[in-house]
Amino acid sequence: MSALVHPALSGADLLGLFGHFLVLSLLAIGGAITTAPDMHRYVVAEHHWISDAQFSASIAIAQAAPGPNVLFVAVIGWNVAGPVGALATMAGTMLPSTALTLIATRWGQRRRDTRFVRAFKTGLTPLTIGLLVATGWLLARPYVDLSARGVGAIVLIGVSIALMLRTRVSPMWLVGLGAVVGALGWA
Amino acid sequence: MTMPAGEVCERDADGTVTRPGPTSTGDLFFTFNRLALQGFGGVLAVAQRELVERKGWLSREEFVEMLALSQVLPGPNVVNLGLMLGDRFFGVKGALAAVAGMLAVPLVIVLVLTAAYAEFSRVAAVSGALRGMGAVAAGLIIATAIRLMTTLGSNRLGPPLATAFAFFTFVTIVWLRWPLLWVVAGLGTTAVAIAYARTP
Repeated sequence: MSALVHPALSGADLLGLFGHFLVLSLLAIGGAITTAPDMHRYVVAEHHWISDAQFSASIAIAQAAPGPNVLFVAVIGWNVAGPVGALATMAGTMLPSTALTLIATRWGQRRRDTRFVRAFKTGLTPLTIGLLVATGWLLARPYVDLSARGVGAIVLIGVSIALMLRTRVSPMWLVGLGAVVGALGWA
Repeated sequence: MTMPAGEVCERDADGTVTRPGPTSTGDLFFTFNRLALQGFGGVLAVAQRELVERKGWLSREEFVEMLALSQVLPGPNVVNLGLMLGDRFFGVKGALAAVAGMLAVPLVIVLVLTAAYAEFSRVAAVSGALRGMGAVAAGLIIATAIRLMTTLGSNRLGPPLATAFAFFTFVTIVWLRWPLLWVVAGLGTTAVAIAYARTP
């Protein structure tokens, strides 16, 4: 296994990486992406394990690839220390939140008809929808400006929204369309 | 309870709605595997379509409630959603089957792509394609949000107040840049308190 470890990373470094992501897991309210700024602080600014550009590319690749966006955590780990790094960051990110979610779900399920649990869900549903719009907005903003490509991106985003709402076409085809339009330099 | 058009559900003789569920942990694994593999740019949009509109395992209302819980609990939202759904039907085994289905194959794909991207990132067409896919991914999230807005109409807070909470969440996150913890602690607590007062 030692051959797989990034030369700069000792066992203690890997343990530190795992521990840091373990703590971030419990702070990741609203999704793993909300802790990205702190991951950046740890692996780029503090330890210089990867560059700024590598960090940004890690998130972009995970978003373009199929699967949950949380996989950007594995890509960061891979870029820091190869397969062992990916294992350290992924396990650190998944274990605490998985355990907590299972415990909390069962607690809530047993009390689902109580006044508090029903009010809790009713009250938080509007926040969920606001958060979703905010996530879409923040993801869209880097692509949108008044250059020709920026306007192309606005059209692409609008077409994606319209086709998602009006047709039953699989989102996969829309992302494929985005790849072609982007590769041609139109967006 | 009225069902939006296009949802899969059946009614018993007495009018109660029964929904189909996964037949086994294997069914959970492969359903989540399939939706994860279609989930370019994130899985949420596909998850809503597959689990609500196609499979009918959850109603729109149940989906939003589960999503709300997955957002306030720490951890990746769709993973938490998979854990809850799997646990509801088959306990811990179901929860792990759903999450394993969602992560295993995409993890391999993304790591292969990472290795490949290091080689090809200087090619303009490759970085352009990544840009186009990112823009579509943003559109998919916005479309999912728009579709789920219909649930604001049946919220017990009443449509105007529920819409106001959704709007202020957006404003505090996007313009005021509050940390999410503040938003949940401030707006969330207020909304839950009002809902509590209005819940019989």
